[in-house]
Amino acid sequence: MIFLTVGSQVPFDRLSRSVDAWAARNPQTEVFGQIGRTAWRPAAMQWAEVLSADEYLELLKRARVIVAHAGMGTVISAAEHGKPLIVMPRRADLGEHRNDHQEFTAKWLMTRSGISVVHGEDELQHLLDKAGTLAPPDGLGSESCERMVTVLREFIFEGVKPFQ
Amino acid sequence: MDNRSRRPRILAVASGGGHWMQLMRLRDALLGGDMAFVATHFSDYRKSIPPGARFYLVTDANKKDWLRGTLLICELFWIILRERPDVVISTGAAPGYFALRFGRLLGARTVWVDSIANVGRMSLSGRLVRRYADLWLTQWEHLARPEGPHYIGAVL
Repeated sequence: MIFLTVGSQVPFDRLSRSVDAWAARNPQTEVFGQIGRTAWRPAAMQWAEVLSADEYLELLKRARVIVAHAGMGTVISAAEHGKPLIVMPRRADLGEHRNDHQEFTAKWLMTRSGISVVHGEDELQHLLDKAGTLAPPDGLGSESCERMVTVLREFIFEGVKPFQ
Repeated sequence: MDNRSRRPRILAVASGGGHWMQLMRLRDALLGGDMAFVATHFSDYRKSIPPGARFYLVTDANKKDWLRGTLLICELFWIILRERPDVVISTGAAPGYFALRFGRLLGARTVWVDSIANVGRMSLSGRLVRRYADLWLTQWEHLARPEGPHYIGAVL
């Protein structure tokens, strides 16, 4: 199953349409899209405007590959569940976001394992054709996070400030 | 009040989605405290918080929608009055900004962790919250400065 999610805030029809076009050509593959509150309706894939956190988790677990905008929620949950992730950053010049921060995020994501970044429809179609071969991410970089937790604990419980 | 000084009251605040996921990556930092969580969008987030912690769902708002913004501010002010936190921590965005400001007003120590998505510069709320954050953190080493924001690690 391919799971598309564009986040809970703003629709991303350019990505949703592209995934739906792929679904139309590949009826043997189950595709589900969480497409946001938008007037556009998919023709081929199953879809919902907004999923609850539980439904989202359920689909995420079932998916072979995740397709998403460059949102951190999806990046973290894909890494946590070891799912290959295809990311298309939103573009501010197309009205898909307030600013181009997803382009910056995407540049960084390209350096991480298990994440592929695409910018256009052709690139996405091509990658979905070989979705079965995409490698999963290594997991979350937990060392850096543990260091953060330690410093925060010292601040919260002992009032220790790491910087003066 | 002895008990309270041993067990700080912590208010942890994040918008739904990526901000919330990052807050959950840091939840081990809060364990042992008297915890309350605030989020937007998803009421089923209450199932992912540590046992015994309280949960509040607040209005999602951005700077363009003053009515929802006003509602959010009222909700957060009420929560802060009710919770009287010793520490307020947020990973963003708008709800965290107001929670840190109100928390500070009532004497709480405050932590801002800017989202890891902000690779190029601190988020708008992250920049605005600077004066109200005792710990003002970025998750990117190259954005850290001696006068802040500071870097102590990243959630992934």
